Amino acid sequence: MVYSIGESGSVLEKTFILPDGPLLEVDDLHVEFHTRDGVAHAVNGVTYSVDAGETLAVLGESGSGKSVTAQSIMGILDTPPGFVTGGAIRFRGEDLLKMSKKQRQAIRGESIAMIFQDALSALNPVFSVGWQIGEMFRKHRGASRREAKKKAIELMDRVGIPAARKRLGDYPHQFSGGMRQRIMIAMAIALDPGVLIADEPTTALDVTVQAQIMDLLAELQRESNMGLILITHDLGVVADVADKIAVMYGGRIVEEAEVYEAYSAPAHPYTKGLLESIPRVDLKGHELHVVKGSPPNLLNLPSGCSFHPRCRYRQDRCVTESPPLHQVADDRRSACHYWEEVINDR
Amino acid sequence: MTGEPILQVKDLAKHFPLTHGIVFKRQIGATKAVDGISFELHQGETLGVVGESGCGKSTLAKLVMALERPTSGQILFKGQDIAKLRGKGLKAMRRNIQMVMQDPYSSLNPRMTVGDIVGEPFDIHPEVAPKRSRRTKVQELLQVVGLDPQHINRYPHQFSGGQRQRIGIARGLALRPEVIVCDEPVSALDVSIQAQVVNLLENLQDEFNLSYIFIAHDLSVVRHIADRVAVMYLGRIVELGTDVEIYERPTHPYTQALLSAVPVPNPEGRESRERITLVGDVPSPDNPPSGCSFRTRCWKAQDVCAEEVPALEPRPGSPHPSRCLFAEEYDVVHATK
Repeated sequence: MVYSIGESGSVLEKTFILPDGPLLEVDDLHVEFHTRDGVAHAVNGVTYSVDAGETLAVLGESGSGKSVTAQSIMGILDTPPGFVTGGAIRFRGEDLLKMSKKQRQAIRGESIAMIFQDALSALNPVFSVGWQIGEMFRKHRGASRREAKKKAIELMDRVGIPAARKRLGDYPHQFSGGMRQRIMIAMAIALDPGVLIADEPTTALDVTVQAQIMDLLAELQRESNMGLILITHDLGVVADVADKIAVMYGGRIVEEAEVYEAYSAPAHPYTKGLLESIPRVDLKGHELHVVKGSPPNLLNLPSGCSFHPRCRYRQDRCVTESPPLHQVADDRRSACHYWEEVINDR
Repeated sequence: MTGEPILQVKDLAKHFPLTHGIVFKRQIGATKAVDGISFELHQGETLGVVGESGCGKSTLAKLVMALERPTSGQILFKGQDIAKLRGKGLKAMRRNIQMVMQDPYSSLNPRMTVGDIVGEPFDIHPEVAPKRSRRTKVQELLQVVGLDPQHINRYPHQFSGGQRQRIGIARGLALRPEVIVCDEPVSALDVSIQAQVVNLLENLQDEFNLSYIFIAHDLSVVRHIADRVAVMYLGRIVELGTDVEIYERPTHPYTQALLSAVPVPNPEGRESRERITLVGDVPSPDNPPSGCSFRTRCWKAQDVCAEEVPALEPRPGSPHPSRCLFAEEYDVVHATK
């Protein structure tokens, strides 16, 4: 892709040259955090991709590296302490990690946008929401204040904020949690990005509001054919909206599959354990299945397969040998030596 | 459940005053955080309390814990009104009702060892355990909740989230209470850890014949652990029934909408699943709608709903108590288009 960049760093036009391959591709990404206690290996060779109109759910617990991967894609990783130490992130075939700061700035918001879990801390408390949404047009498109204001009203209407014109001058704290999330979504979709990354967009919200926000995201995605990367730990939300899922554990993808397959016959013991630990009606009065133990310490990952201390399919080989991502089926991979046993074990 | 309830809550209300002015405060209204709640809790039973943020769940917990004094109404523990107790009587009563908090990170003092945290209740109620036997008592408690008794001298930061929640549970158990109020005990934990803590709570209930008030917004966890469920909206219980009644035959539109909004963790048939999506947010409890407080978001609302507050009682369309004039059973979880 060729960007013509104006003097203020704004993109004047986008020309697409390489439509081959997936829209966004993370390839063998490695991220380390240098902390006082040592080096934390947050991301250890993550590979995933998302296409236009597709929803990829990245599932994992806290510390699994799902947010760090997203931050690396956006180029908002805290450096230091975080460093991308290897791999590539390709957007329409071009490696973002090789670009200059200015080029990345032009892509951020314009081509790849992100929404965060906690809208109240992601929005600036001292500017009105209209100003913050309009900023996207002023900075990236060189729009005048009046144009930006008009666009902001349009966007607030589009994300379903009632009485948009009247609320333009309101500040983030004057909105409810759900409305704040809508404002953040408005900012993210302002420039029609190709890929939207949603990092736990509904975790802080009540279920009825969560349903509204997920509906809104799905609708926006349909309208503009965005690729959506949904980062979450909620197995219910994933089952509702995802096309394919990538399960992360200890900084690696342990399973990648189409959503129906992953839920009906998981190919990794961790995915299987997570799915089994959901309370089900027929288990009422019985113990829930558990994944025993705790998530791994990133400063000191277990040898071999990092899931082996918690795994019930473990054999001697798992302690010493880190499993590669085995090709299970066409669109399906599992990082388990014994995936065949797991997938057939019902 | 038979026999006398261990805890009886009657017409409980907590109104926080809204004031205006700095020097001369005038009351200009009241936030009705809890507004006329009644329920019973039996020995060994779990009452689930569900509802969205701002519905009064946590105020209810504080009232039952006697951390807040009710504006009106009674909380009877074995026939004795907690709200009327003062001084020594109140202190003695607190032994019987304990709490497990939501956030295992902020609810444990980082400067105290696990032994001090779990043993602190004994300092306040020395009659439970004489000083000499405390250390062994604390170690027993750690064992009960599945922690290594040898870790008694460690500090909270040396434990993972799930282990910390176990410490909080051990502290709640120390005085051998009969009722434990669990306020969102698993929502701050990782998915794979939640099941461990839910199992622990269930096992402890069987072992010590505990009664739980289990407050949560995760409806599937509540269904798993609760015998009866109370659904709250804007300070009132809108529907109360057994877990099967609430989850399979809900009659109040709010319960139906709430259940419908919960994503089902199974992608099969997701296109054909019927959804009730509510519009708007929960109204402010400072200024709730007249009559039925849900009417502003309800698809069944009619003029009559604005006139009076429907009582929580069994109705023609609802064998269990429901606060809706048009209550009607509807299995929303399995509904398809």
